[in-house]
Amino acid sequence: MAVDGTTIRRIARLAHIAVTDEEVKRLEGELSLILQWCEQLDEVNTDDVPLMNAVIPMEMKRLPDVVDDSDLVSEILSNAPCSEGRFLLVPKVFG
Amino acid sequence: MDEIAHSPPHSKMIQGISGFWEVVIGVEVHAQVLSKSKLFSRASAAFGGQPNSHVSLIDAAMPGMLPVLNEACVSQAVRTGLGLKARINHRSVFERKHYFYPDLPQGYQISQHESPIIGEGHVIVDIPDGTSITVRIERIHLEQDAGKLIHDRYPSYSCLDMNRSGVALMEIVSRPDLRSAKDTKAYIGKLRTILRYLETCDGNMEQGSLRADVNLSVRRAGEPLGTRCEIKNLNSIRFIGQAIDYESRRQIAVLEENGTINQETRLFDSKTGETRPMRTKESVRDYRYFPDPDLLPLEISQAYIDEIASALPELPDEKKSRFMSDYGLKAYDASVLVADRNATFFFEEVAQGRDARMVANWIINELFGRLKKEALDITISPVSAYQLGSIIDLVVEEVISSKIAKDLFEIIWIEGGEPREVVEAHGLQQMTNTGEIEKIIDNVISANPDKMEKIKLKPAMIGWFVGQVIKKSGGKANPQIVDRILRKRFDFLPL
Repeated sequence: MAVDGTTIRRIARLAHIAVTDEEVKRLEGELSLILQWCEQLDEVNTDDVPLMNAVIPMEMKRLPDVVDDSDLVSEILSNAPCSEGRFLLVPKVFG
Repeated sequence: MDEIAHSPPHSKMIQGISGFWEVVIGVEVHAQVLSKSKLFSRASAAFGGQPNSHVSLIDAAMPGMLPVLNEACVSQAVRTGLGLKARINHRSVFERKHYFYPDLPQGYQISQHESPIIGEGHVIVDIPDGTSITVRIERIHLEQDAGKLIHDRYPSYSCLDMNRSGVALMEIVSRPDLRSAKDTKAYIGKLRTILRYLETCDGNMEQGSLRADVNLSVRRAGEPLGTRCEIKNLNSIRFIGQAIDYESRRQIAVLEENGTINQETRLFDSKTGETRPMRTKESVRDYRYFPDPDLLPLEISQAYIDEIASALPELPDEKKSRFMSDYGLKAYDASVLVADRNATFFFEEVAQGRDARMVANWIINELFGRLKKEALDITISPVSAYQLGSIIDLVVEEVISSKIAKDLFEIIWIEGGEPREVVEAHGLQQMTNTGEIEKIIDNVISANPDKMEKIKLKPAMIGWFVGQVIKKSGGKANPQIVDRILRKRFDFLPL
């Protein structure tokens, strides 16, 4: 399957990534190649093959319901581009 | 989506200019799972707290952090599924639902899409008009809540508090089986009651533990389903009713003017009582779901389900039938009591060894009314089960009249105390001394010669005399004794 420029721009918009015309051209080729590579799998009949989630059978780990993360507000805010008091400040989306 | 089998009676439809319209409603309820920590982190899931105090590095989406599933959230979801008579799926999958919004630090919400933990179930809903409907549940899935944005502090910035970010939610999706605001309000109320019985969600709508999205479309009787609109994030049962009333009339008006309904997401404005469309930017529906590579499929064994099933409490429907069969309560009284689980505990405590119907009457008519007036929960009722039981005993033993019992209830409510002692201290005992009653009767008769003439022609006037005597006794004269003595005096009356 070939991916055209319109699809690249749509994906970029959904991912909130800015792309230049040049990048769109390059990505068209790259994404198309990746998809073509995956399409080789279509040659194999997988109708009765269950989805593989792990190479060895594993059960998902669950933890007991315990609170043990204490107040980390300084760590939480340390990476924030903008903060005040105990809040992160984010650009207003609307209003 | 299933075609709907039944068409409702006209009483459930809305009359437009061109005839009757049927409203078709389905609801998605977001119920916060009662757990100590969050769905995939060990931060506290408690309501409130200092801003950003209940946030782990996982909830803040720091690079390299891995989610680990909270066992309690799984068992709570299974418990809820069993309570809603639903199929429990032995295998379910957590997927990433992608969207960008400042309250979602990960850039995706971990949710369940193609394989939810709970499948089809149902809820039986009693409507206030006396009928009942069965609302089918399509699915329940587990997902993360988002953070909270505070918009009004700065002109160009919003404050982000991530305390709720990552808290476990159950999304309970109904089939479009509801036909009116009344149905929908009753459904949400019943669902909330069941969740509270199960103790899987506190059902506290003011704190946002229970929120509803309402999907609504209208059609003329017998026509296929119309285009629906989704009204997002309704956080009170009253608002749900208002939003449905407004939105159904809006859609009917559009269609009757030959317009078309756009499938869109709308917001309810509680100040104006209207719904308005969300900006399209906020309702982009391309979530690019895929299984979360950080999490394996969730496998649940039958033994695990059986163990939870064996520990389920008695649920409202079962309790209602038991109250009717064991205590002889009327269906209405039983359903009023079971709506609040704590009220049923209170009732059973008082009913022990007493006339259960009388107890139910006292709780529903006196206690509930008084609690509602002061917005109190029955668990902190100023009149305890023991005190109410004593008041009822005093009536049954004819120590006080039922009228005085209401005054006694009020005294106990305000001052507390042992009802028997209060009766003595306030001299509230019923007047059973016939001598005293005779004296009052003499006074009433001599003061009302005109009424004495009337009663000879109109025997029903005796009621007036009984009333006067009780009034003159300060409510303390036993009505049966008064009636008996009066009939003896008025020997001219037919028996």
